Amino acid sequence: MKTILRRYPRVAIGGALLGILVALSLLAPWIAPYDPIALNVAQRLRPPTAAHWFGTDAYGRDVLTRTLWGGQISLLIAVSVACLSTVTGTLIGLVAGYFRAMDTVVMRVMDGLMSIPGILLAVAMLSLTKASVQTVIIAITIPEIPRVVRLVRAVVLSIREQTFVQGAMASGSRTWRILLRHILPNALTPIIVQATYIAASAVLIEAYLGFLGVGTPPEVPSWGNIIAEGRNFIMLAIWSVLFPGLFLGTMVLSINILGDGVRDMLDPRIAKRL
Amino acid sequence: MAGFLLRRIAMTIPVMLVVAIVVFLLLHLSPGDPAAIIAGDNATTADVEMIRVSLGLDKPLLTQFALWIGALLQGDFGVSVFNKVSVWTLIVQRMEPTLALAGVTMSFAVSIAIPVGVLAAWKAGTWIDHLAMGIAVLAFSAPVFLIGYGLVYEFARVWRLLPVQGYTPFSQDFTGFWQHLVLPAITLGLVFAALLARMTRSTMLDVLNEDYIRTARAKGLAPRAVLIRHALKNAAVPIVTTIGLGVALLIGGVVVTESVFAIPGIGRLTIEAVTQRDYPVIQGVILIASFVYVLINLAIDVAYAFLDPRIRY
Amino acid sequence: MTHGLRASTGFGRRVLFACAVLAGLLQPAAAAEKTLRAVVHADLKVIDPTWTTIYITNRYGYLVYDTLFAYDSKFQAKPQMVDTWTVSPDNLTYTFTLRPGLVFHDGQKVTSADCVASLKRWMAKVSAGQVLAKFVGSLDIVDKDTFKLVLKEPFALVIDTLGSPLTAFMMPERIASKPVNEQITESVGSGPFRMVKEEWRPGNKVVFARHTGYVPRKEPADYLSGGKIAKLDRVEWLYIPDANTTLSALMAGEIDYFEAPPLDFIRLLKDNPDLTVLNIDNLGVQGLIRPNSLNPPFNNFKARQALFYLIDQPEFMQAVAGDDSLYMQFCGAYFLCHSANETEIGAVRKPDYAKAAAMLKEGGYAGEKLVVLMPTDRPQYAAATTVLIAALRKAGVAVDIQSADWSTISVRRARKDPVDKGGWNLFITTQGGPDTANPITNGWFNSRCEAANNGWACDPELEALVGKWMREADAGKRHTMIDAIQARAYESVPYVPFGQFFQPIAFRKNVTGVLETAVPVYWNIDKK
Repeated sequence: MKTILRRYPRVAIGGALLGILVALSLLAPWIAPYDPIALNVAQRLRPPTAAHWFGTDAYGRDVLTRTLWGGQISLLIAVSVACLSTVTGTLIGLVAGYFRAMDTVVMRVMDGLMSIPGILLAVAMLSLTKASVQTVIIAITIPEIPRVVRLVRAVVLSIREQTFVQGAMASGSRTWRILLRHILPNALTPIIVQATYIAASAVLIEAYLGFLGVGTPPEVPSWGNIIAEGRNFIMLAIWSVLFPGLFLGTMVLSINILGDGVRDMLDPRIAKRL
Repeated sequence: MAGFLLRRIAMTIPVMLVVAIVVFLLLHLSPGDPAAIIAGDNATTADVEMIRVSLGLDKPLLTQFALWIGALLQGDFGVSVFNKVSVWTLIVQRMEPTLALAGVTMSFAVSIAIPVGVLAAWKAGTWIDHLAMGIAVLAFSAPVFLIGYGLVYEFARVWRLLPVQGYTPFSQDFTGFWQHLVLPAITLGLVFAALLARMTRSTMLDVLNEDYIRTARAKGLAPRAVLIRHALKNAAVPIVTTIGLGVALLIGGVVVTESVFAIPGIGRLTIEAVTQRDYPVIQGVILIASFVYVLINLAIDVAYAFLDPRIRY
Repeated sequence: MTHGLRASTGFGRRVLFACAVLAGLLQPAAAAEKTLRAVVHADLKVIDPTWTTIYITNRYGYLVYDTLFAYDSKFQAKPQMVDTWTVSPDNLTYTFTLRPGLVFHDGQKVTSADCVASLKRWMAKVSAGQVLAKFVGSLDIVDKDTFKLVLKEPFALVIDTLGSPLTAFMMPERIASKPVNEQITESVGSGPFRMVKEEWRPGNKVVFARHTGYVPRKEPADYLSGGKIAKLDRVEWLYIPDANTTLSALMAGEIDYFEAPPLDFIRLLKDNPDLTVLNIDNLGVQGLIRPNSLNPPFNNFKARQALFYLIDQPEFMQAVAGDDSLYMQFCGAYFLCHSANETEIGAVRKPDYAKAAAMLKEGGYAGEKLVVLMPTDRPQYAAATTVLIAALRKAGVAVDIQSADWSTISVRRARKDPVDKGGWNLFITTQGGPDTANPITNGWFNSRCEAANNGWACDPELEALVGKWMREADAGKRHTMIDAIQARAYESVPYVPFGQFFQPIAFRKNVTGVLETAVPVYWNIDKK
């Protein structure tokens, strides 16, 4: 473990930063000084003080408290989007790459989805249903899927022609066995690396959607919502955007650094060059 | 070659059809209703119903889709349900600021990212590489609006150096055009340059690891000659591809940047149209944005095929 | 200056003339043009003023069109396009004569045929016109400048209705006589400014230029009445959705006029020596909670009354308006405080959550989740909704917050279904200006059941009181009748007012002559 951390400092730095943020978010119910939702309009838009380290927002709520709680939502979204999009994308990619009959149809649909600008697709999808954390997760997930599908399909196409797979096919192994035992393990590394980048971009996109006014429901203290509410007062109360913005940036940064580190660790071909 | 071209172009048709169906269904299944917005806050239910009928929104979904596709094939994108201005006119009006922003951003980003990326690859593993890539990862992790508001606050409010918002057409006022674009282009360019620099670096690393480069280096050729004559030449095509694919990433940033700097471009047009359910406008814009993306990818594929005869799809 | 010029000799005159020409040559014509760059509160989407109740379209109407009558600052309707008018002794026949010199932007003279067609369109489509239409027997052209309105039964408020801000805008007959279900897309009025349609950039910019053929009245401008003198050559309406950007642009002098600065910015604007902050609407804006009279528990008047005991007006107003100079500590009047129809009868001053809970229970509330609609892209509505939700919870109500963008909410509001099938219980909106100040034009007060605004307030007794009020010819008697109307409203509760606040405008110091007209207008404004 120690050697890994020494050899891959990015894993250590990214992991440590992310670890701190995760801990702060998960401990929010115990360490946050105030209630994230209760209003106190008499105290609205107060600058940072000893009582409110990050100041208060337009409803007099403590920005520090809401920022800590917001980390939970962002984490939930990051993890869910990363898992959902990679699992779905991998399944579709395996099918498309392995069964040539499905390939054309599936890939044309994926091309179509991919050619719609992701953020616009998400905005349009969010106008479909009642806003909730789940719908936001789905709206961020769908535009990410085609990229995973392409990645997995490319790996499958290159592997299925190799002798050990051809051999397994010839010996009559069940299809799902071949996919699971021979093909999937080879695709795992690029999928994991991709998953970390998706997680980072999911955190950012959640904030962008909030910024554009179509994100999670307003009573949810997500970073996107805190920033979306604060942006109306940015010239008056920069703290209501600055602090959650810094947390947001740091989380994206830590996941990205971690992703780079994991890529170097899992893919020695690239790592050797460094 | 002709056969390949035809096949490649034919492939874009089902893609565009998928886009058309997805966009149409998404919008028409959504619960919003432009008629209610047109009628306004104090209108009665009967008023809204009357407007809905006059817009043809009471017709069955399939009929509406057929009407839309039929008109589309004749080059008719329809008119905005609100101001009755043709969607094509709206898009053309909004095209210039977006193209200008995207163009200036792209040039700014490319002129920083390519040298930085090449240098980082060449000096891979040294402090130069670490520093460059460290800054890059910082820049593309930063939320666009945070950079944007930060710049507005410093340059426009505190120092009063540059205008805060808006857009001046190139033809109207040359200086004004540049003044208005500097801050948005830096905002978006920083993020984009960071991405491009990373991609350039990894592409260059691939090329630098090729045997012929190693051989050239081993033969004792001057490093600069190896870098420019061999490596950069061979990395050019993948780098251009990367830039082309980056266009899709630009679009998301453009939407947010236009919103921060009040630039009346395509991004703002779309967001406003979505929140108002101006169906013909959203359909038109997304269709055209997708079409541009598909065209760029087509151009790249074709260019590839010309440059590298081994590639056939 | 004018005097000196007149007194000067032929030689002096020639020198002056030469100087003027030189100055003209040195100074490009564009620079000499006076353009007011104004950031308005919404994007102008619909340019048919009979098609929508949206405020921005009404404000566009006042720039481009002229009106037969208009309110003065005492809310008395004064003739505007009308020169003289007479009423028959039986109070049934009104005869109007237009003043001379009225021309449309396309150069055609305004005739009585244009006015009759415009009035007919207005009576068919606009709520205030629809009220008048119920009393109208016929509307006829007498000659090219004169027309006649004959009532079926006496109606005391003919001139008031024509002069209210929901007034009829006069357009050419060929446009006004289009089918009422067809949206007007042309912009031809006879108002002091004309729309420059070639320069219209929907979503960004609307350009108006002075209507050179406009002949203003001789009287000084007073509220919406009097002489509308266009001193500006051009008015540019810009739409910038981000208020921070607009604020910066105003401070940097990139724009001249900010129509609706967020109320939290007012203090910052007041502190800036380059800017003037002016409240042009002394009646202000009323915030209101609309219960759905079709769904339980608010189909029961007792439950609706309970809502009054949830309202802590200062708390609502602080969240909506922030700065305490911008809202009233308390206003219990349905027809706005400071209006002629202000009264305190029935008002509930203090919240009492326990009482509210008891009354809700009495009204049939049994702990089910109540659906509250919350628009995320309207900050003031979202703020008030947030406070309302907190208050409901204090009274033990379970709340289901349905948040979405304005578009989705405005559709949701129109659904009459039960709550579990997509219906709703409560939403928040605002209304303002002179329309709110009387029982006919106050849209949310209307309690005509199915024909009422979304929420379908239903109280025949209240409607009967309002009917009597509008038929009463004696203004003094009408005034006392308001008490009974409001007392009844506090029982049947068409809506719950939660406070009254003000929306000032801000402009640069070199802009002068801004009128206090409630509806922002651009005549009389000058820019140095």
